[in-house]
Amino acid sequence: MTRSLTYVEALREGMRQEMERDETVFVMGEGVGLRGSAFKQTAGFYDQFGPERVRDTAISELAIAGAAVGAAISGMRPIADLMWIDFTTLACDQICNQAAKLHYVSNGQIKVPAVFRATTGHLRGQAAQHCGSWYAFYCNIPGLKVVLPSCPSDAKGLILSAIRDDGPVIYLEHKMLLNVREEVAEDLAPTPLGVAAIRREGADLTLVASGLMVPESLKAAREVEAEGVSVEVVDLRTLMPYDSECILRSFRKTGRLLVVDEGFRYCGLGSEIISLVIERAMDYMDDSPRQLTARHTTVPFSPPLEDCVFPNSRTIAAEIRDMFGLVKL
Amino acid sequence: MNRKTKLALLEMMLRIRKTELRLAEIYRSGDLTGALHLYEGEEAIAAGVCAALNRDDFITSTHRGSGHCVARGMPLRTLIAEVYGKATGCCGGKGGHMHMFDVDAGIMGTTGIVGAGMPLATGLGLSIQLRKTSQVAVAFFSDGASNNGAFHESLNMAAVWKLPVLFVCENNGYATSVSARRSTSVTDIGVRGAGYGIPGVTVDGNRVDRVYQAASEAVRRARAGEGPTLIECQTYRIRGHYEGDDWWEYRDSAEVEEARRRDPIAFWQAALVEDGVLGEKTLDEMNARIDSDIEDAVQFAAASPLPEPEQAFVPAHPQPA
Ligand SMILES: Cc1ncc(C[n+]2csc(CCOP(=O)(O)OP(=O)(O)O)c2C)c(N)n1
Ligand SMILES: [Mg+2]
Repeated sequence: MTRSLTYVEALREGMRQEMERDETVFVMGEGVGLRGSAFKQTAGFYDQFGPERVRDTAISELAIAGAAVGAAISGMRPIADLMWIDFTTLACDQICNQAAKLHYVSNGQIKVPAVFRATTGHLRGQAAQHCGSWYAFYCNIPGLKVVLPSCPSDAKGLILSAIRDDGPVIYLEHKMLLNVREEVAEDLAPTPLGVAAIRREGADLTLVASGLMVPESLKAAREVEAEGVSVEVVDLRTLMPYDSECILRSFRKTGRLLVVDEGFRYCGLGSEIISLVIERAMDYMDDSPRQLTARHTTVPFSPPLEDCVFPNSRTIAAEIRDMFGLVKL
Repeated sequence: MNRKTKLALLEMMLRIRKTELRLAEIYRSGDLTGALHLYEGEEAIAAGVCAALNRDDFITSTHRGSGHCVARGMPLRTLIAEVYGKATGCCGGKGGHMHMFDVDAGIMGTTGIVGAGMPLATGLGLSIQLRKTSQVAVAFFSDGASNNGAFHESLNMAAVWKLPVLFVCENNGYATSVSARRSTSVTDIGVRGAGYGIPGVTVDGNRVDRVYQAASEAVRRARAGEGPTLIECQTYRIRGHYEGDDWWEYRDSAEVEEARRRDPIAFWQAALVEDGVLGEKTLDEMNARIDSDIEDAVQFAAASPLPEPEQAFVPAHPQPA
């Protein structure tokens, strides 16, 4: 059976089903309990599962993340809600030096089945310290998986996989997608980690995106279609380990690449994917690969300033036109 | 306390309150973006602490920081213009309500990161010590932040180095929807000072006279080289966590109504009338002064231009050419 669910409802349903299925799954974080989380991600959980499995915490990011790791290495499957990716910096030691490394350094004795959830991306007026898109930072740490759904089905499918995975997963929720709706199956199969999705087939350009940049890119692709450019849109879904085969397959077909990345440019995801095609598919290249990223600045508050920072369907379409030497009609 | 100080405390609390309520009104009208965390009911703390400071002292503030900014004398025009995201705001529209700075007023920032002001204030204290001035640094924060490593590390460092810092905890009972009762290991956060070998005092944060006294003593200690003080001011967060937050699922309306009856301004106003310090004429003049300043600031902010788009990249961050 499918029903129309929003992204946040789909995420919630995924967590609820896992908590019903597996007693070792529990949630903790600031406001996950009585309040049901900042964006209602855990609404109703406190009543259904009780305070033991739906734990409100103090504002102690390091201890939240560390307690999740400690619980995970001893038989539990914690979901730690760190609210905004911007606050995960306070939890970084436990995520990057503990969760990421314990399996390896213990020579496989220890497993860390923990999920670290956080919202990501920009939202009007959230400004300097609440608009982070720092996934590249976590992709750079061996031992971590990073996922970012772009639609309700994947919001659910990826949380199922993240919870069941035996290693630490950073699960990111895009603030601008929370209310996006689509039909989602009640008995949805988990979205496998490490597998991208082709959201739109095309012949002329491979456009790689994730999160909010997927719907923005699809909009741009529809626009330039009328002008004769056929764009294939690859939704990464898992940012680490990303689906290199899917990207390469598409690129070998189109010979052109544009990566649209809400994160920053330098040492970022876009640069990574461009180097992938240069290293592995140079012979198929018809044009210089490009990336459209957030501008290299702290995110300003005022709307006309903020509007200059992030890619959107308009700037993506302009970039595509520029690649193909088109002038806007 | 002399008559002038008593009246100044009242005027400052009223100035903060009226500014907050005006911001709430503008927010409701839909003219502002972003999150707005207001300070209604906690005015005695900003007013009492800042009255004990000199012009060249420093403060660090929180996400609930406009009251601190007003108390430090940030011009209302630049404060309100910043909340509007205007070019004439204290940060040219880059910061918004959660990131306001005014170096001339010693405001080293409101912040979007809970607890972030305490390590900064510790560093301000270190700089004061190294530069051998007689300034002090104040970190404002709330109960929620006192459960973060930033609090514990800062208190210890400031204590070891005897830094001239006031750690002012505005215990308003809540951190978003999580009550202090359910998330904080002690009832009186002041007792945490003992863990770091520094004085930790707990005062009624709705009594501006007591806040002022405690702050004055802590400032004296700091300037005398005796080190930091933790001052817990117990108060209550009357409003939702942010404007538009409806709080009924995690607290009782009776609790809020009860807290409203302990209004710090009503208390102090009555005390001054009783004292014979405050007459109707003085109060009317005070209110008129504040109302006209706020109106002027709102007009100024509304009429000010938005920043030019290229300002998004000024100052520039280092990057390859
Ligand atoms: C490091 C960090 N964690 C979480 C948040 C989200 N958040 C913003 S305000 C807040 C509650 C703060 O509570 P408290 O320190 O008591 O301040 P109050 O809101 O009561 O003034 C939380 C959890 C944040 N901004 N920064
Ligand atoms: Mg609080």
